[in-house]
Amino acid sequence: MAALFRWLRRNVVVIAGLLTLAYLLLPNVVVTVFSFNKPKGRFNYSWQEFSLDAWKDPCGVADMCGSLSLSLQIATWATIGATVLGTMIAFALVRYRFRARGAINSLIFLPMAMPEVVMAASLLTLFLNMGAQLGFWTVLIAHIMFCLSFVVTAVKARVMSMDPRLEQAAQDLYAGPVQTFLRVTLPIAAPGIAAGALLAFALSFDDFIITNFNAGSTVTFPMFVWGSAQRGTPVQINVIGTAMFLVAVLLVLSGMLIGKRRNKQSR
Amino acid sequence: MTTVTDAPPPTAPAPEEPPARKPRKRGRLVPYWLLLPGILWLIVFFALPLVYQASTSVQTGSLEEGFKVTWHFATYWDALTDYWPQFLRSVLYAGAATVLCLLLGYPLAYLIAFRAGRWRNVILVLVIAPFFTSFLIRTLAWKTILADGGPVVGALNSLHVLDVTSWLGVTAGDRVLATPLAVICGLTYNFLPFMILPLYTSLERIDGRLHEAAGDLYAKPSTTFRKVTFPLSMPGVVSGTLLTFIPAAGDYVNADLLGSTDTRMVGNVIQTQFLRILDYPTAAALSFILMAAILFMVTFYIRKSGTEDLV
Repeated sequence: MAALFRWLRRNVVVIAGLLTLAYLLLPNVVVTVFSFNKPKGRFNYSWQEFSLDAWKDPCGVADMCGSLSLSLQIATWATIGATVLGTMIAFALVRYRFRARGAINSLIFLPMAMPEVVMAASLLTLFLNMGAQLGFWTVLIAHIMFCLSFVVTAVKARVMSMDPRLEQAAQDLYAGPVQTFLRVTLPIAAPGIAAGALLAFALSFDDFIITNFNAGSTVTFPMFVWGSAQRGTPVQINVIGTAMFLVAVLLVLSGMLIGKRRNKQSR
Repeated sequence: MTTVTDAPPPTAPAPEEPPARKPRKRGRLVPYWLLLPGILWLIVFFALPLVYQASTSVQTGSLEEGFKVTWHFATYWDALTDYWPQFLRSVLYAGAATVLCLLLGYPLAYLIAFRAGRWRNVILVLVIAPFFTSFLIRTLAWKTILADGGPVVGALNSLHVLDVTSWLGVTAGDRVLATPLAVICGLTYNFLPFMILPLYTSLERIDGRLHEAAGDLYAKPSTTFRKVTFPLSMPGVVSGTLLTFIPAAGDYVNADLLGSTDTRMVGNVIQTQFLRILDYPTAAALSFILMAAILFMVTFYIRKSGTEDLV
């Protein structure tokens, strides 16, 4: 008994940490389990019986897969836009000394420190004042705007830890500026850019608040889920949720494995 | 850096012919060209909208007749007197969620940083992966978990936890759904990764030899934590609490999905005013008050915690 207590005391952090991890993953487990449910009513909130129906026919709900593909399109374009613009800003901020650096740093920081609903409402005010048609383009503009800061932060962290002497060495070996950038700078910065892009994709794909304000009658996947909470959630939503979680785990794990192998090779 | 050293020294006499001057001028402009598109985007779609919103908040009128700037500051006063309960709730719920995130997140961050060994990457993936699953789907799952008569409510009931929380006023009878507790639980859950990741980064930077040194000096593990580990993790604590509190205070999804009309937060009011009632001046004034309140609290907090170089 005393030994048990001693063991508990020594591992109290581990136990508490694992409990938090369980709290974090519990909804994912519930989503997965209920993707095999066959609900009797419109709402998929209580367990009825096991069924593979939803997995066999993931697009069997009207409009759901359309909203999903729309979200994927928006997320792809927003990722490309935010990553290109953000990487350029990050390089400028780390590599050059110029006036207004402080002001630009705060302009980058503010969107991350502002409640989403404030940004969403103010952007809608702008669009209404300009008489813009709400839809795909206004959503894309908004997504690039709020993803930008996160990309800048991710890329900046990586570029800052880069040794500038590597580039000088390349130039000493008669590499031109373009060659230096493509063969030395970009490969070293790539993990930071990839992390920023991944973050932008996840943020854009999952955004509800800003999209809800600026989408007009366009329905993205999070908006479809939101609507379904009132009308009744189809089981297929759980299938998509489960699949997204699995894809994310596999993607990140394989990314880590590739990174590990590369590190070993370069040593 | 390289472009700066490449530029001809400024003391050299400027030659008349353009080819010699051109590269230097172009080199100086490079950062501005790099910044231009992104910064322009932020100015037009982030800063300018805030200006528009400020002007909207002092307008009067209606949708049919149109809105005019009349410097009607009374909107702010009306918004505050009408919706102070929702403001108060936002601060209380977000504050409670932030404290819970810190209490729950710290052990996990500590576990990943010092005790996980080769499981470190796997646990990190499990913390990040929910980011990629729609948070709305996961929040809806809490409806199932906290359902009336479900296992969680049953367990809390038999442990008499719900008696205590009902006495505190965060639950009602033997229900958890549609009470403040459910909203706080959802907020805590949704913003927990934003607490864990900064905590982990700052804990990971701590040199393990400091712990050994503390132990060599006969410090108990609890003393080591209190005097060495926790103070060194303060940057993570500060940025984690900010990253949790700010979005939680503006959130309206949790209050909508897991709460009731009695748990509406200021985000819900802004959303309703803007998208359903179409009372733009009130909505704009409300979101300005929210922004100002958060800026004020954050500045005060950063001053107090003494980590101004955080940003």
